Amino acid sequence: MTSIRVVPKGGRGVPVEVNLDTQLGALSLPSPILTASGCAASGKELSQFVDLTTIGAVVTKSIMMSPRSGRATPRMAETPSGMLNSIGLQGPGVDEFLEHDVPWLASKGVRTIVSIAGNDVEEFGRLAARVRRAGDSVIALEVNISCPNVANRGLVFACQAHSAAEVISTVRRNVGGAFPIFAKLSPDVTDIVEIAQACVDAGATGLSLINTLLGMVINTETLTPALAGVTGGLSGPAIRPVAVRAVWQVHAALPKIPLIGMGGILTGEDAFQFILAGASAIAIGTANFHDPSALTRVQNELSLILAERGFSSLQDAIGFAHRKA
Amino acid sequence: MSYQPLQVEGELLSNKRVGAYHLITIVVPGIPERIRPGNFVALSVGGESTSTLLRRSFSVYQAQERGLYGGTLELVIAAHGPGTRWLAALAPHQMLNVVGPLGRPFPIPKDPVHALLVGGGYGSAPLFMLADALRQRGCRVDMALGAASADRLFGALEARRVTNALSIATDDGSLGVQGRVTDAARSILERSSIDVIYACGPMPMLAALSTLGAEFDVMVQCAVEESMACGIGICMTCVLPVRGSDGVVRMSRSCVDGPIFAGDRVLWDSVGTVPEETLGAPKASGH
Ligand SMILES: Cc1cc2nc3c(=O)[nH]c(=O)nc-3n(C[C@H](O)[C@H](O)[C@H](O)COP(=O)(O)OP(=O)(O)OC[C@H]3O[C@@H](n4cnc5c(N)ncnc54)[C@H](O)[C@@H]3O)c2cc1C
Ligand SMILES: Cc1cc2nc3c(=O)[nH]c(=O)nc-3n(C[C@H](O)[C@H](O)[C@H](O)COP(=O)(O)O)c2cc1C
Ligand code: FES
Repeated sequence: MTSIRVVPKGGRGVPVEVNLDTQLGALSLPSPILTASGCAASGKELSQFVDLTTIGAVVTKSIMMSPRSGRATPRMAETPSGMLNSIGLQGPGVDEFLEHDVPWLASKGVRTIVSIAGNDVEEFGRLAARVRRAGDSVIALEVNISCPNVANRGLVFACQAHSAAEVISTVRRNVGGAFPIFAKLSPDVTDIVEIAQACVDAGATGLSLINTLLGMVINTETLTPALAGVTGGLSGPAIRPVAVRAVWQVHAALPKIPLIGMGGILTGEDAFQFILAGASAIAIGTANFHDPSALTRVQNELSLILAERGFSSLQDAIGFAHRKA
Repeated sequence: MSYQPLQVEGELLSNKRVGAYHLITIVVPGIPERIRPGNFVALSVGGESTSTLLRRSFSVYQAQERGLYGGTLELVIAAHGPGTRWLAALAPHQMLNVVGPLGRPFPIPKDPVHALLVGGGYGSAPLFMLADALRQRGCRVDMALGAASADRLFGALEARRVTNALSIATDDGSLGVQGRVTDAARSILERSSIDVIYACGPMPMLAALSTLGAEFDVMVQCAVEESMACGIGICMTCVLPVRGSDGVVRMSRSCVDGPIFAGDRVLWDSVGTVPEETLGAPKASGH
């Protein structure tokens, strides 16, 4: 158990031990703080600012079977309290990733959750099988189903319960019974609980909520879309209330399913909202761009606010806002 | 060799108007002594409850290891969007979060070569530290500076002090000769034997200089400027197509693989696109 000693404000200098241990199904983590996929690369760059062994885990950028160039630039537009991105899943492909990135994380003792993305159901299956054999440092898979299904007119897997479930059951078949898998859901759906339920029924251990929201910015000088990809994913504090709502709804419907909450977390107080809504862990994305030490800072701030609110253990606060008065 | 970046809370010491730009000096312990010519820093903007979260990147104009108030960095700010306008309006004592040094510095030759430094607009900013470093190596340093107009030409006086020869060109002829800095560079290449060109400025200028370099068989080290969200290599927004030493074209991150690239490695005509030969480029069928 790792606990952090904090002196709460007005606590008359009495140090309080806050236990940040968390449990994602069978997976125990010493901290609920994770990196959000695609916002930390494979950890190396952020390790210059944060001791990555002290956070729960690094969730790596979604990897695909083959190398991928990603989209043309501009890939980014700043928006009020957030940003729009259209990176297009640039990456080196799974071979190079398993040869370089995963061993580096392992050599540093960093707990690693690998995010995978496929063009079709079958690619997800092959990726899952490959990553499953990558060694003990990979403690779980995150399945990024918020990407277009090439076989089905580019419709996003996460937007239909049956295609989301098809991906998850294929991944489950390829990794075996007990290995933790998290389905990463898109908020751009009518009923996120329906998708969540379908993923759980298909064998997901837990759910990661939320991916970016589809958005668009038009450049008023060039009179064209600001992003080369026309539309992009909105992230950052601007989407936080949407994310908290998603975690709240899914936790209310599936209280036993571990949730990784994310979307606009910038401070420990923001993280605390997700915990109260029912997340057992939280991930930090866009905030890393603003503050490369955000992971450590949010972890410390979360301990402090837990202590200030009288929680000696993170576990006691999970879903606390749902309690009946 | 590059140093590992630090994240430091700095304090604004001064903010002076210089032509169309603002020259800001920040007391920022630990970073100045790590800066090599060509490094940049990334600042957070908008203060504590900012709604503009992305970092803004700036070349380092001067880095003083110790001054009266501790180590300082000087940056040249061109105000255009919300972040740079906020920086340009800063008053002394304002706190500023600084991450740096970032990026690979300009490679400095071991031999005392004859170098031509070309700057466009505020792109001249990193060339002064570079000129000092080259002269310490015994290099001969020529400089060509260009801008739209005199007020956008940063550092003309300073340039005289740190160079052996200086050419200036402005589009409107308000300073130096009327014309393009690339034309000034061409006439320098025609009359002297330049061993290496270092360039910083708008992308079309860098592209034109790379073509000139190829024509005269001179290596051009270009400091590129791509839109950046993080500056530290984790967001993948700042990419451009670059041919590696293995001959393979990749979408390279300008913040960590650059911002200095050899001009003959960048596919200038394809910046803003993904050339077909890029590793992992979309097939005709689309991604
Ligand atoms: C290596 C490097 C060195 C630079 N050196 C200088 C310098 O010495 N002086 C100077 O005035 N400017 C410099 N720039 C450009 C400067 O970073 C941008 O002008 C600035 O970020 C724009 O911020 P904004 O809020 O005014 O504009 P906005 O358009 O509102 O910025 C929104 C977002 O886009 C990014 N962005 C927009 N334009 C650029 C751009 N041209 N380059 C990089 N990011 C951009 C911003 O960082 C921010 O994340 C440099 C850029 C790079 C990459
Ligand atoms: C630049 C960028 C790249 C991203 N790449 C991925 C990705 O590869 N896979 C994925 O599942 N999510 C990706 N995301 C989404 C984030 O993981 C996260 O779900 C979302 O940004 C909300 O969190 P935030 O507001 O803290 O950034 C990306 C987000 C950003 C901003
Ligand atoms: S600016 Fe984020 S990767 Fe280069």
